[in-house]
Amino acid sequence: MNAQTLEPYLKKHPFFKGLSSDYLAILVGCVKNVSVEALQPIFQTGEPADHFFLIRQGAVAIETSSLEAGAVTIQTLGNGDVLGWSWLFEPYRWNFDARALMQTRLFSLDAKCLRDKCDRDPAFGYDLVKRFSRVMVDRLQATRLQLLDIYALPTGE
Amino acid sequence: MEAETLSTSQVTRENGDSMRPRRYRIVRSHKETHDTFTMELEAVDGPANGTFNPGQFNMLYAFGAGESAISISGDPAQEERLMHTTRVVGTVTRALGTLAQGDVLGVRGPFGSAWPVSENAGKDIVFVAGGIGMAPLRPAVLQVLANRTKFGGVTLLYGSRTPGDILYRRELKRWRGRLNDVHVTVDRADEKWSGDVGVVTTLFNRIIFDPENVVACVCGPEIMMRFVVMELQRRGVSDSSIYISMERNMKCAIGFCGHCQFGPTFICKDGPVFRLDKIRAWFNQKEI
Repeated sequence: MNAQTLEPYLKKHPFFKGLSSDYLAILVGCVKNVSVEALQPIFQTGEPADHFFLIRQGAVAIETSSLEAGAVTIQTLGNGDVLGWSWLFEPYRWNFDARALMQTRLFSLDAKCLRDKCDRDPAFGYDLVKRFSRVMVDRLQATRLQLLDIYALPTGE
Repeated sequence: MEAETLSTSQVTRENGDSMRPRRYRIVRSHKETHDTFTMELEAVDGPANGTFNPGQFNMLYAFGAGESAISISGDPAQEERLMHTTRVVGTVTRALGTLAQGDVLGVRGPFGSAWPVSENAGKDIVFVAGGIGMAPLRPAVLQVLANRTKFGGVTLLYGSRTPGDILYRRELKRWRGRLNDVHVTVDRADEKWSGDVGVVTTLFNRIIFDPENVVACVCGPEIMMRFVVMELQRRGVSDSSIYISMERNMKCAIGFCGHCQFGPTFICKDGPVFRLDKIRAWFNQKEI
């Protein structure tokens, strides 16, 4: 499927809900369709963050690992979710691992291509950053809630 | 009486003195998780009376230890037995947890308001449970399943601390085939867990419902419910379509003692299930 024919699918992805057709036209030049087999890595800690991903169908685990605990899943993502924001900030390297939990279809967006387009069209860049900010805030709030360990707190009596 | 939430049940009044426990015998008891257990009870004296509305609670009396308010988690269609899933958190629940099949305990109830399930036929239903909050929602889910064709899309989102803390695991699998969506997530996964990881609010991206025609029933720790409410509001669900089950220090269960006062209401008498717009002013207040 070439980039032009991805436009209607890209438009339907929740992350780009309400995005103008002008901006969609800018995006399609940077996007490609990818499929990752179950249990295969999508990216790994320390690698260049030269893409970000929109999950079309499937499930992805964001993981880290330590000698003591082995691989630890921090969060899972599914249909309609965004994967990766390290592409937005220097040094453009992944801070966590991402692994497909089942066969997963994603849009892969070329980070360098997008950063260049954001620099050339700041209004487009602002729109994109606002969308990412929303995702980051949601993840931050979810992480705070996770840290509270709310189900361990005693209730009643 | 609010039309949206039934007040302390007729059943209790018909039973006479709501402060006098009736004796119930444990006919079945099993551990659900490392700190929760489920008991099935039958009346010792007189006819069985397990009539209740989903969301209501009983006061369970462990003789010699005291009473505790425990939500009813059984099937509302099954009147012969009461079922309670309890988490061990203090003296009374610890004492209840030591009881075995054949042992007798005291039961007062049922008390309190109910999930508005039957009143909302035709609508989408979103159940959101956190931790032991799955137990008070179970009767409502069973009520929906018994009348499945009367409802629109029905979804259950359930957040648990770890895979080992998940309640009703076998039932959840069965429900997957009959509800539109059942999503279970854990805050902390182990290496055997292949499901979702993350807090329950992250599951909202996976489901579809009509915000204009949905009823959300939310039960879990108050912090979790606050975040779930924000998520529902963000998706366009009005406060009048959100129901939450509150928990406070319930002692008398009939609004006399005042221990469970919450703003101008008593959780035991006016709740535990509240329509959010009715308690909005107090829901986020500290020290209320």
